[in-house]
Amino acid sequence: MKAIKVLGSGCANCVNTAKLVEETARSLGVEIAIEKVTDMAAILGYGVMSTPGVVVDGKVVHAGGIPKRDAVESWLKA
Amino acid sequence: MLSVFTGLADWLVYRMLGLAPDDKLGDALHFFVEDVTKIFVLLALIIFVIGLLRTMLTPERLRGLLAGKRRGPAYLLAGLLGAVTPFCSCSAVPLFIGLLEASVPMGVTMTFLITSPMVNEVAVVMLLAILGWKITLLYFATGMIVGIVGGLLADRFGLERFVEDYVWKIRMGEAPAIEADTSLRGRIAFGLAQVREIVGRVWLYVLIGVGIGAGLHGFVPQEFFAAHAGADNPFAVPLAVILGIPLYSNAAGMIPIVEALIGKGVPIGTVLALMMSTTAISLPELMILRKVLKLPMLGLFAAFLAVAFVGVGYLFNAVL
Repeated sequence: MKAIKVLGSGCANCVNTAKLVEETARSLGVEIAIEKVTDMAAILGYGVMSTPGVVVDGKVVHAGGIPKRDAVESWLKA
Repeated sequence: MLSVFTGLADWLVYRMLGLAPDDKLGDALHFFVEDVTKIFVLLALIIFVIGLLRTMLTPERLRGLLAGKRRGPAYLLAGLLGAVTPFCSCSAVPLFIGLLEASVPMGVTMTFLITSPMVNEVAVVMLLAILGWKITLLYFATGMIVGIVGGLLADRFGLERFVEDYVWKIRMGEAPAIEADTSLRGRIAFGLAQVREIVGRVWLYVLIGVGIGAGLHGFVPQEFFAAHAGADNPFAVPLAVILGIPLYSNAAGMIPIVEALIGKGVPIGTVLALMMSTTAISLPELMILRKVLKLPMLGLFAAFLAVAFVGVGYLFNAVL
């Protein structure tokens, strides 16, 4: 079970990023717990200024823009 | 090079649709076809080329560049970085907090916030292609000066007190080290992704801008502007600025309107004042900034920019 956090203030890109992660996890059959973090202080607490950001098991793996699908796959498989 | 687009519009509107150049509709349609094709091609090219060169000038890196600089160079750097970063206004809030948290002075942060929407590579290349280097240089220089003066004033008058209190309490984590793919393939992919993202964000503004430009070009007679927005009307410049405040568009969307107005003989200072006011001050932008700035600061921010743009407009009208 991987804990995924999508960091973002609720912009369209953040919603799409969360959707992409969910879809990819489903197609890979990986179990995840996804959480959307919208609180600005919490987002900056991760050192991320460009949203959307993605945190996997407590580690920031992505910041700024919608991630590519193969990047998402590599986080989920790792 | 740009005559390709004129040729295309000639062919489509005059040859295929059979409209005459002296017909109002034909004239407007010709402007529309020429500008839509020209602006989208230019826009995609500019963003792609800049994307290739830049691969990841992220807000995190920007913060690193500005943190710990002496004030003088920091203002200039903030202005220049504002000019080359295409962050959308939704990044303005985290960026603002992140800079203050890194002890970047409030004034330097304001300089960045002012120049970022107003001066950018898209505005520069399009002005260059359509209006020539003199106007481009003037636009760039005044945009930078307004940003730097705005920042200096914010610093001088201690406007930090108008920053929302919670902002000062936020502590940032260690910036994550996310390596960028700097191979040629990675750069191309990044450039293409940037084109998709930015064009996806601005295309509607461009279409609306070209539509308004085409309408002005084809249907509003020159005498109308001569009577109402001519050089001898002292209210034209402030009116242009006030008109631009509630309106929002980006530089790419304003270019066709600028082109049409200048074609109708509206003085350049008046037109540039409208462009600056539309791109730099807008209700949506102010609402985003409201998250980090108290109301009086927003008022001061908008008022300073409005006064500055009126000054710029008068200056250009007097000099050119």
